[in-house]
Amino acid sequence: MAMKRIGVFICHCGRNIAGTVDVKKVAEEIGKREDVALATTYIFMCSEPGQKLIEESVKKYNLDGVVVANCSPTLHEKTMRNAAARGGLNPYRVEIANIREWAAWPHEDNPEAATRKAIRIINATIEKLKANASLEPIEVPVVRRALVIGGGVAGIQAALDLADAGIETILVEREPSIGGNMFRLSETFPTLDCPQCILTPKMNDVAQHPNIKLYTYSEVESVEGFMGNFKVKIRKKATYVDWDKCTGCGECLRVCPINVDSEFDLRMAKRKAIYIANEQAVPLKALIDENTCIRLQFEKKVKEGKIKPKKNVKICSKCADVCEPNAIHFQNNEEIVEEEVGSIIVATGFEVMPAEAFPELGGKYPDVLNSLQFERLLAPSGPTAGIPRRPSDGKVPESIAFVHCVGSRDPQSGVPYCSRICCMYTIKQAMLVKHALPSTAVYDFYIDIRSNGKGYEEFYHRAKEEYGVNFIRGKVSKIYKVGDKYRVQGVDTLTGRIVEVDVDMVILATAAKGSEGVKDLAKKLRIPYDEWGWLKETHLKLKPLETPVGGVFIAGAAQFVKDITDSVSQGSGAAAKAMALLSKPQLEKEPLLAKVDPEICAGCGRCKDQCAYGAISIDPVRHVAVVNEALCEGCGACSANCPTTAIQVVNFKKGQIIRAVDVLAEVF
Amino acid sequence: MGACKVHIPIKSISIQNLKVGEMMKYTIKKDPHKDERVQEIIDISGQNIFSCYQCGRCSSGCPMAEFMDILPNQVFMFLQEGDVDTLLQAKTPWICAACFTCTVRCPVGLDLAAVMEAIRELQLRKNYDYVDPYNVEERDILPPIALVSNFRKFTP
Ligand SMILES: Cc1cc2nc3c(=O)[nH]c(=O)nc-3n(C[C@H](O)[C@H](O)[C@H](O)COP(=O)(O)OP(=O)(O)OC[C@H]3O[C@@H](n4cnc5c(N)ncnc54)[C@H](O)[C@@H]3O)c2cc1C
Ligand code: SF4
Ligand code: SF4
Ligand code: SF4
Ligand code: SF4
Repeated sequence: MAMKRIGVFICHCGRNIAGTVDVKKVAEEIGKREDVALATTYIFMCSEPGQKLIEESVKKYNLDGVVVANCSPTLHEKTMRNAAARGGLNPYRVEIANIREWAAWPHEDNPEAATRKAIRIINATIEKLKANASLEPIEVPVVRRALVIGGGVAGIQAALDLADAGIETILVEREPSIGGNMFRLSETFPTLDCPQCILTPKMNDVAQHPNIKLYTYSEVESVEGFMGNFKVKIRKKATYVDWDKCTGCGECLRVCPINVDSEFDLRMAKRKAIYIANEQAVPLKALIDENTCIRLQFEKKVKEGKIKPKKNVKICSKCADVCEPNAIHFQNNEEIVEEEVGSIIVATGFEVMPAEAFPELGGKYPDVLNSLQFERLLAPSGPTAGIPRRPSDGKVPESIAFVHCVGSRDPQSGVPYCSRICCMYTIKQAMLVKHALPSTAVYDFYIDIRSNGKGYEEFYHRAKEEYGVNFIRGKVSKIYKVGDKYRVQGVDTLTGRIVEVDVDMVILATAAKGSEGVKDLAKKLRIPYDEWGWLKETHLKLKPLETPVGGVFIAGAAQFVKDITDSVSQGSGAAAKAMALLSKPQLEKEPLLAKVDPEICAGCGRCKDQCAYGAISIDPVRHVAVVNEALCEGCGACSANCPTTAIQVVNFKKGQIIRAVDVLAEVF
Repeated sequence: MGACKVHIPIKSISIQNLKVGEMMKYTIKKDPHKDERVQEIIDISGQNIFSCYQCGRCSSGCPMAEFMDILPNQVFMFLQEGDVDTLLQAKTPWICAACFTCTVRCPVGLDLAAVMEAIRELQLRKNYDYVDPYNVEERDILPPIALVSNFRKFTP
């Protein structure tokens, strides 16, 4: 039944609309329509009196439909629908005519045209509204469990907060231990506390929390479902060791003959083919690297038929021989597990560019390191026990140069943005060098010092005033070897001269990027990311933790590189968002979804191919399309592709749209 | 009274006279924090010259800056790089009027006027005359106080 008693409310938006559009004239024109019972204007429709006006008019004039002519529906559609609902009208009988962004703002220079356009937009909206049906929101059940991907400090915080709130939480970390990049650090700015000391309690809490299920050395294989009801497949990678039996005693590590670069120490130290991620790993379990273990390599080659096993030749099993609890079984124990969760938090963090990416800055030399590698050399628990040494010859450096902004703020050869944490950690590293080696000369080449956090500027001043660090303002352009030393060719833009200095070691503060492989994960989750691998938030300022996929949140450096304080805050923030969602017994969903008319549907499946959410299937018996309401987002891609108009989005039916377009195009 | 004309025999070489190349390139040979002459300037002035963070406020407020060859903030930068030679050859420390504007305005609380004095001291202690007392023109008509202050500042 088409509506006959429509109320039209035209907003002045202060002078935003009324300064250009003649709102009075618009009301007069619209008021002439037979199907309009009331056309009025008000200075701010979104204000309380504005909403009250709608509520009361619905009652007073017995309105059967409402058009509010104001700003974009993304801002106030909900406000206006609720106002009408308070007056007793079904909220889906309310439409917004956007006369601010579409008429007032673009035609500021031509008020007369803006007014004409506003009238036409409202008329078109009325035509669309007239065939709107009354709808009720759809209710979907919620699985009261959460998944956190990434066990860095942000993910750890999120998991602990969720678990403390009584929500069963699954934490998936791809490395053998949780801890993330923070666990690699030496000390932390601006307080210089020991990251291991402050993080291990949290890591142990994760391991012991009754509400947390921890999967390390695991990755998310696939994600299906929707807000409140995700089905996640998790791949537990092969460790060749029974972790239920392994006590983490480390006996096996001592006997294994194979040495390879340690991932945790970023090549600054070696590990064995059987290894434990680090001394304080959580969980403290050994695993075998199948690519370097003699036995596993041998078995692989035998399996592939590349070599024939000779009799009586003993292949290495040294680790298993010494393993008291018999945990090492050499069996590929890769496994896929399935979990159901209501919400997902992605906290996959960041990485820094390798020094090798900057050959002009000597990245190919052994004593030119990136900042994260140098953290390992400064860490008291690291391979050099906190006294930095040159990787090339083990010599304690008498001079070190630090270079800021390597690849950052450099769209030509790196990334366009400032990596935000490197000024601070470089200053910190310079200070720590002075702690460890007071007589070592430290040169810090910077473009400008970005120290915009609580206590950060003060930290920088301490480095200048108390620590004897030499700061030189100018970007280094070249670093090359001269004898035993590295010549840093820089500039001092403050005195206007080239500055050259020969040093024993160089540390490059290389640009940060999203974690490796994060784009694949984002695709599985259908959440957006940018070209540098940063996950995109819904709104940079107002929805920094949300993604366009309902129920999926982001936290920590995965969104953009940040310090520990901000990462932890975001971890807690994302957990709170997930809790809000999971605290409801049922989720309400907009009923503006696709519906199939089985009488017309030919079962061709074009709609199914178009649906990005996998919401459509073809019923094999009736041979017609079927929409899963829980999955459908109401985007309309299906409807646009249906050759028979069998599938249409409720309240966006073809007839409604065409009538609205007719008005806009003025072809009556 | 005519304008005071003080003939200042420039014994020091102004940095404009430095050879091309010498002026544009500087090689740090040793940690400036360990340079003896930088240390001497720190000792004389009592100022931690390394705490200057190069905001430039001393220069923007200095009434004499336009007559200088090195800006006041650059004086700190040269010191921070251990380049005392350039400072000893520069006009700036002698042109500084010791008005203390920079000292009052420095956000770090550095006394730049004292540092300028320390740089002059370094030369004067070598029995060096910036002004030759025997060659001051129109000595007779200059107010005695001007002469006295002149000798105090420019001679040992
Ligand atoms: C050299 C250096 C020095 C620093 N010093 C300081 C300091 O002094 N003070 C300070 O406040 N901050 C410092 N930082 C910043 C600090 O490291 C970060 O703020 C912090 O690590 C961010 O935590 P996160 O959990 O968001 O990310 P990360 O620490 O990067 O953790 C992300 C975790 O997710 C895992 N992961 C990634 N992808 C996947 C996947 N697909 N599936 C499963 N798991 C995955 C990773 O293995 C990792 O464990 C420093 C950074 C650098 C580079
Ligand atoms: S089998 Fe041998 S090579 Fe393989 S992990 Fe054990 S000790 Fe190392
Ligand atoms: S934080 Fe500092 S070093 Fe890092 S990119 Fe920004 S300005 Fe450069
Ligand atoms: S004391 Fe010297 S350097 Fe400082 S403002 Fe005065 S003239 Fe300039
Ligand atoms: S005002 Fe102070 S901090 Fe700023 S440049 Fe001059 S001496 Fe340095």
